[in-house]
Amino acid sequence: MDLFLQQILTGIANGAIYACLALAVVMIYQAIDHFNFAQGEMAMFSTYICWAMIAGGLPYWVAFFATIIISFIGGLAIERIIFKPLHSAPVLSHIVVFIGLVAIFNSTAGAIWDHNIKTFPSPFPEGSFGGLIGLHEVGMFFVTLFLLLAIFCFFRFTRVGMAMQAAAANPASAGLVGIRVGWMLALGWGLAAAIGAVAGMMIAPIVFLEPNMMLGILLYGFAAAIVGGISSPGGAVAGGFLVGIIENLAGTYIPAIGSELKLTVALVLIVTVLLFKPNGLFGKTIVTRV
Amino acid sequence: MSHLLEVKGLEASYGPTKALHGLDFSLEKGGVTTILGANGAGKTTTLRAISGMVTRKGQINLNGTELISLSTADITRKGVAHVPEGRGTFVRMSAEDNLRLGAYSRNDKAGIAEDIERVYNYFPILKQRRNQQAGTLSGGEAQMLAVGRALMLRPILLLLDEPSFGLAPLIVQELFDILKRINAEEGVSMLLVEQNAALALELADHAYLLETGNIVISGTSQSIIENETVRRSYLGY
Repeated sequence: MDLFLQQILTGIANGAIYACLALAVVMIYQAIDHFNFAQGEMAMFSTYICWAMIAGGLPYWVAFFATIIISFIGGLAIERIIFKPLHSAPVLSHIVVFIGLVAIFNSTAGAIWDHNIKTFPSPFPEGSFGGLIGLHEVGMFFVTLFLLLAIFCFFRFTRVGMAMQAAAANPASAGLVGIRVGWMLALGWGLAAAIGAVAGMMIAPIVFLEPNMMLGILLYGFAAAIVGGISSPGGAVAGGFLVGIIENLAGTYIPAIGSELKLTVALVLIVTVLLFKPNGLFGKTIVTRV
Repeated sequence: MSHLLEVKGLEASYGPTKALHGLDFSLEKGGVTTILGANGAGKTTTLRAISGMVTRKGQINLNGTELISLSTADITRKGVAHVPEGRGTFVRMSAEDNLRLGAYSRNDKAGIAEDIERVYNYFPILKQRRNQQAGTLSGGEAQMLAVGRALMLRPILLLLDEPSFGLAPLIVQELFDILKRINAEEGVSMLLVEQNAALALELADHAYLLETGNIVISGTSQSIIENETVRRSYLGY
């Protein structure tokens, strides 16, 4: 029983990582209506910026918030400079650019800050909660919930949030109600980059900082977003915890999986959910009568 | 009546394909004008050109403001509300959220709330469906929502692209009666594109007949109804 409880809590701790990144994935999906495969690398790059500022002597929280602002501006700039000229290009062109961005961010981080693993500080005290779960994980859990609440309020109660969803879902109609579609896309990129930066800075103390830190985690983030429902920030967070727990339990109790095939569990979850519930467990079913 | 919209030498193209070949037409303040024509004549493209949704050249003057170099969002903010072909509602959002987005360019909260009620007054069924996802509305309800969303802009010019398309005759009649009321009560000018020529000529006071991107006949609705070619080709008698 102790082992079971321990695995559940470890699952929640891992789930907090996935949930955090899944929120960034959902944010970009709400803005551009498809995934950004470079999301993880952008988050990694932002985390390096924060690390460099801390290493340069800035206090943690100053570096933390400065990184969020820099990432927001960076995301905005990526959309305006790289994606704006591709607005009417097919989705495949966008995917090629995403893959290009993955390579650019990954190699640039390696070139600037080398490939050695670095420790990244946690803003939360050391130690654990009842010996069961680390205080950093608990802190990350609450940061994720705070982000979730902020995103929910943004999309539900602000004009800009609604306009952003409208611009992603139907750009032509969005223009016809006076929404400046291009700037909505840019804002979505900025916000997704900012949320990704928070995710990166929360994840780095656990997985350590190196250019490839996000490669595996991004897959879990996608799995979380798909399991929970790509159109639902709350679903993505729930999906993150579910993926974390299922992955841990499967790794512990199914000998064939062990720790080697944990990532496969995430991919199996993606396929299973897409097969039986394409909108995710908590996603809204989109019905369009014709 | 003075002119609200004056279009001169309007050309529009989709890539290398030219769809409009220099249209000249005008719209009177408070009037309803219709553009008739067969499939592919360029009716939808004319509306899309006015709204800045296609590459275009020429002059489009709205109340003294030149629209040709403005973006779709800026043209909308000048008071041009476009109800597009296929309705273009935001299907994932509720009916009321669609209406709220219609007022995106406005900041007067009280006025917006008042206008939502005004739209519900024109289309009472939308009030019953206010929290329903727009994608689940019937064709008639979705068309009413599209018109209601356009009204939320408090437009001076309403561009209507085939509002009768795919709707049952009774619903079409109801919708056109409401459009007539909106025109009469609020003085909103309308440019209506329709396949159903009889219906369009009943609502409109002026009409243009478009063929392969050129205006071939124009005049008052009455004179168009009496035109032999129009009667045989578009009214079927």
